[in-house]
Amino acid sequence: MMEIDNATFIQAESEIAAINMVLGASMAGARAMTSSSSPGISLKQEGISFLAAQELPAVIVNCMRGGPGLGNIAPSQGDYFQATRGGGHGDYRSIVLAPATGQELADFTARAFDLADRYRSPVVLLIDGMMGQMMEPVIPPDFVNVADIPYKNWILDGARDRPSRIIKSLILDPAKEEEHNWKLYRKYENITKELQITEAYQVDDARLVVMAYGTAARIAKGAIKRVREIGLKVGLLRPLTLWPFPARAVEDASRFVKEFLVFEMNTGQMVEDVRLALKHRSEVHFYGRPGGVVSTPDEIAKVITSLYYRLHLEEEQ
Amino acid sequence: MTKSVFQRPKYLKNVPFHYCPGCGHSIIHRLIAEVIEELDIGGITIGVPPAGCAVLAYDYFDVDMGEAAHGRGCAVATGIKRILPDRIVFSYQGDGDIAAIGTAETIHAANRGENITVIFVNNSCYGMTGGQMAPTTVLGQKTTTTPGGRTAPMHGTPIDLSQMIALARGSVYIERTSVHSVRHILKTKKALMKAFTAQMNGKGFSLVEILSPCPTNWKLSPVEAFAHIEKEITKTFPLKVIKDEIDANRQGSP
Amino acid sequence: MKKTVFAGFGGQGVLMMGYVFAVAAMRDGREVTYLPSYGAEMRGGTANCTVVVSDEEIFSPVASSPDCAVIMNKPSLLRYENLMKQGAVMFLNSSVIDRTPVRDDLHDVHIPANDIARKLGSDRVTNMIMLGAFVAKTRLTSLESIMNGLQENVKGKSGTVMKLNRKALDMGADYVLKGTAS
Repeated sequence: MMEIDNATFIQAESEIAAINMVLGASMAGARAMTSSSSPGISLKQEGISFLAAQELPAVIVNCMRGGPGLGNIAPSQGDYFQATRGGGHGDYRSIVLAPATGQELADFTARAFDLADRYRSPVVLLIDGMMGQMMEPVIPPDFVNVADIPYKNWILDGARDRPSRIIKSLILDPAKEEEHNWKLYRKYENITKELQITEAYQVDDARLVVMAYGTAARIAKGAIKRVREIGLKVGLLRPLTLWPFPARAVEDASRFVKEFLVFEMNTGQMVEDVRLALKHRSEVHFYGRPGGVVSTPDEIAKVITSLYYRLHLEEEQ
Repeated sequence: MTKSVFQRPKYLKNVPFHYCPGCGHSIIHRLIAEVIEELDIGGITIGVPPAGCAVLAYDYFDVDMGEAAHGRGCAVATGIKRILPDRIVFSYQGDGDIAAIGTAETIHAANRGENITVIFVNNSCYGMTGGQMAPTTVLGQKTTTTPGGRTAPMHGTPIDLSQMIALARGSVYIERTSVHSVRHILKTKKALMKAFTAQMNGKGFSLVEILSPCPTNWKLSPVEAFAHIEKEITKTFPLKVIKDEIDANRQGSP
Repeated sequence: MKKTVFAGFGGQGVLMMGYVFAVAAMRDGREVTYLPSYGAEMRGGTANCTVVVSDEEIFSPVASSPDCAVIMNKPSLLRYENLMKQGAVMFLNSSVIDRTPVRDDLHDVHIPANDIARKLGSDRVTNMIMLGAFVAKTRLTSLESIMNGLQENVKGKSGTVMKLNRKALDMGADYVLKGTAS
């Protein structure tokens, strides 16, 4: 483990202990993170729910693998629902970021801490076993000086010169718990307004837009490059935030594009958010490879090409 | 001019306890608050309340309090203490919390020698949820889930968590006390004082197990419940210093 | 864009070869991805990694139809032969591989790497001999860059070890360029 000044690293006995140590560290005002792959993330859900309820910032990395159950250790995107719908118990959301390159992994990890502090919310970096193993050149983001991070006026550091504080999530009075839920909801509404990130690749003249994130998006991009060489007008819309889902960008694209193809390394999860965003304005097609199978760009190029001709997109203006 | 001889400790808020008549939590809360005051650590203390009857402990202690999920007190306390090593961090846990769902977190925090203090309140049942059998329920004890009394072949024998924790090399001080009589209450306060002092001196993991009456679920009067501890519970959980290596020459804790 | 697969038994230094090559190409200023295969076992079994080197953004780091393969053992030849791109080059460790590809649209380069390594007195540099041959033939990077990559990777190794590695790289290169391992 990298030694960093002013940082603490604990190898926890379990994922449950790890997320709760993160919770304690966050209460004490530190920037804290933990990481695991799918089954371990299931164990962490208890703590993530508490982080959301107590409005504590934290960063959680999920390097997704094939599932359900023990599954395998190959790259997968099977945890999209778990990550974007909260995952643990209760009515909450976590910010979910989906980097796809080594550089984005580095940049988004730094950004995740900023977002966690800004919104006092857990932030999930949703990546997969491919990104966990792959190496790419990275220009490291600038380290933030701990002293430059603004003091948080809600932390537990001892009530020396101030009234004592409580951080808790138990709210026995339903009326007050409802109020708390609406308060969280308003925060989520704000985040939804302020934080929708996408990358558009060759979308301007596209007759078909492929939607994919993370490793699937890289593969799709390679496929699009191939089909562009034979004149097919296909673009890629890549969400970098999965929650909030970038519905605005999808909606914008739907004004010009009537056909969407969603490609995921699962049996169809993000596709539901695409459908919700499109509100039937455009057609949504789906191609998925679950279980840890990693498609090749050639395979996706074939899928795109056959769909393109089946829809007679080459005949339109 | 009258002299005040008994008053609310500085670090207990001016609110009435919600605990049942005869419950030990109120006494234990008071003892902790007194110790915090006498050690003058109120401004640097952070407490971690449990799930269970004492879930509302943060409404009573006038120090910073951060709630933990059921059983995770030692993990949360670890996180706080590692970030703020010069603060005093205690976790307050019941027997269901610490000896069932939170066993792993507790043993490993002790084994790492986390410099925290755990107050383990043992009333030999799940009090808040209606008195079901806990891992600490003594043989023969009737609970809602052992209506005929706990039997070893059917339910296993009561777990002695403090002895287990004593085996962890990072633990330095473990004592089992009780609050069923004035004498024992005073002994409990001494033990708490010792545990908190050990932490202040950076000695490592300290734990005080306190046998506490639960008249409501034991279906006894408060006075009978006190006697029950003396006669029955202490047979399974004898009161004693289980481990004291505070002054042993050892490697520093994290 | 060139995709190269390095494959062999675990313990043959397969991942090391790919990693050093990837670092060398990165220091040359090119886009690079390095993707190791990973299984549950740490020892034995097959090991492989894919290195993609390109002058533009790399999309998929996966070895679909590689342009080159550095093959250290026979099972890896059987596995990768059918995946290779048309016209691809396979570098075969002919000390342990006693056959050539069945496909006639592939180029195969045979290097008796273990035999050459034994001349140097160390079986452990077999991978460097293969890497030297691969770099000399494909020119995807230079032997100098490989040495720099190696230096970054094996910090603290003695000068003798680095000299041995350099010698191994040169002998691999000489073998494919001049037909001799002098």
